[in-house]
Amino acid sequence: MSERVSSGRATGWTVVNVVVVLYALFPVLWILSLSLKPTSTVKDGNLIPTQVTLDNYKAIFQGNTFSSALVNSIGIGLITTVIAVVVGGMAAYAIARLAFPGKRVLVGVALLIAMFPQISLVTPLFNIERSIGLFDTWPGLVIPYITFALPLAIYTMSAFFKEIPWDLEKAAKMDGATPWQAFTKVIAPLAAPGIVTAAILVFIFAWNDLLLALSLTATQRAITAPVAIANFTGSSQFEEPTGSIAAGAMIITVPIVVFVLIFQRRIVAGLTSGAVKG
Amino acid sequence: MAEIVLDRVAKSYAGGAAAVKDLSITIADGEFVILVGPSGCGKSTTLNMIAGLEDITSGELRIGGDRVNEKAAKDRDIAMVFQSYALYPHMTVRQNIAFPLVLAKVPKADVATKVEETAKILDLTELLDRKPGQLSGGQRQRVAMGRAIVRSPKAFLMDEPLSNLDAKLRVQMRAEIARLQNRLGTTTVYVTHDQTEAMTLGDRVVVMLAGVAQQIGTPDELYHRPANLFVAGFIGSPSMNFFPATLTDVGVRLPFGEVTLTSEVHDMLARHPLPRNVIAGVRPEHLDDAALIDSYARIKALTFEVTVDLVESLGSDKYVHFHTEGEGAQSAQLAELSTESGVGANQFVERVPAETAAVAGQPAQLAFDTSKLTLFDADTGANLSIPPAE
Repeated sequence: MSERVSSGRATGWTVVNVVVVLYALFPVLWILSLSLKPTSTVKDGNLIPTQVTLDNYKAIFQGNTFSSALVNSIGIGLITTVIAVVVGGMAAYAIARLAFPGKRVLVGVALLIAMFPQISLVTPLFNIERSIGLFDTWPGLVIPYITFALPLAIYTMSAFFKEIPWDLEKAAKMDGATPWQAFTKVIAPLAAPGIVTAAILVFIFAWNDLLLALSLTATQRAITAPVAIANFTGSSQFEEPTGSIAAGAMIITVPIVVFVLIFQRRIVAGLTSGAVKG
Repeated sequence: MAEIVLDRVAKSYAGGAAAVKDLSITIADGEFVILVGPSGCGKSTTLNMIAGLEDITSGELRIGGDRVNEKAAKDRDIAMVFQSYALYPHMTVRQNIAFPLVLAKVPKADVATKVEETAKILDLTELLDRKPGQLSGGQRQRVAMGRAIVRSPKAFLMDEPLSNLDAKLRVQMRAEIARLQNRLGTTTVYVTHDQTEAMTLGDRVVVMLAGVAQQIGTPDELYHRPANLFVAGFIGSPSMNFFPATLTDVGVRLPFGEVTLTSEVHDMLARHPLPRNVIAGVRPEHLDDAALIDSYARIKALTFEVTVDLVESLGSDKYVHFHTEGEGAQSAQLAELSTESGVGANQFVERVPAETAAVAGQPAQLAFDTSKLTLFDADTGANLSIPPAE
């Protein structure tokens, strides 16, 4: 870690990093540019708009379709995150710490769910949810999201729990802690980076999903932001809604950025250093 | 502070493997007892059972007169120092030491004074606001000790607390632990695989092998009157030399000559069941360079010639290594020892004064004080030179 990298290598890495960041950010810049252009110049191909306007942003907030979709997205995303992290955290702790019958099967099934193609479940889910009245409701999305997010949460968090030396729990027990005190005062603070990482991943998964949201919602009651954007229409049938879609895309990026910025300070590696030797 | 009694305590696992078999020890109030043995001998399991970190399969454990088999670790009021130190990395040294007090809901002002006192004893005052990650190995070790002593528990349990330190620091911390235990007078159970630590620290030492206590006694007893081959070979550094031997009418025949035994030794032998095979044990310091002893000592001694393999100089003494031809001493207990140490059956060592003229590759005359010979039954391992066990 502390070894000094030669300046030649450092320069090389800087160039590679800049290229990667530019490659990732260029489309975002392009969308930002599109969202600021008036309809007449959308297709002029300039990265820097000749004329800047906020009309597209004003337009998507006219009527409450998009704003209610945002509320739905945030609500569904947060509920999914909380449940997946709490349930997944308990499962991950058990997987990391205990030898119980069926552990391998549980881990295997979790992996299987993560790999299962979601598209093949859309039709059955649609039929099931319609017949039991979950179609076009928040729980109708939260439940499948939790199902698909749990393996992710379990895998992420069990990797972090495994890193925490078992001796720390024994030490807490010897120091007079109940299992709950040992978990809340010793284990959870140390596993915080893992819990936060899992929370961010789950939230992004729920936030970005289009497939399930598009198939399992229909009205403002449960439509999420990506679905709302997909449903945008131009002001006349001869006009493409490019500007509005770009503006919507910019808007839904904001919560993710905020979410990550708030929590990234907690995602610091090496928090357990000094606990045990070797 | 309290007496700890293990009454026929045993531990076996679901698969049927027995880690500890019928272990009975009474550890007096304030005593420093060492559990020592090779890895897998059950010493750490025993410690964990006393701690409450592992269940006791059968038998009874009493601390201060009360049965505690069913008590959780947190209710036993004993503190433990772990091999890995197990400091809480997200807390400062102060918070680490205060943790047991905070959990016990001690008033804040008392916590502060007690932490300060403990820090003073262990020379940690300057470090109280650091995190464990910023401390050296020795400092972490002292913090772990501090967390144990701060709440004046009934007993201390220590699980190889020094094995992560370098050699010099280990000797220093060993002395510090001995002083601390002496000063606090708290019953202490200490686990180690290092016989030197066991000998230097313990009031009494329990030598364990395969879940069974081979011998429980003071360091002197273990060294001078080992119960069996395993204890004889495990305690002492360098280890005791073992030669194959045959009983004759007047004494024993060794690979390098015959030794006449005194009538006391014969009487003692007679009290044991007649052994089929015998092994003779000689401590390295009881083998001498024949050129360096006076003529009177030479009359009592058995002299023989060997070819020197290696000479190690320690400054004050030299270790002279040699081997013999032919069959080495064979015994199940010796096999246990050699898997641990990797020393072959025919490898021997003597400790001689630094003036010795022995040179590797050259023959040397050795003299051996026959009165210091210890005889063992090769099959049971029992020491035939002390009264038989009940």
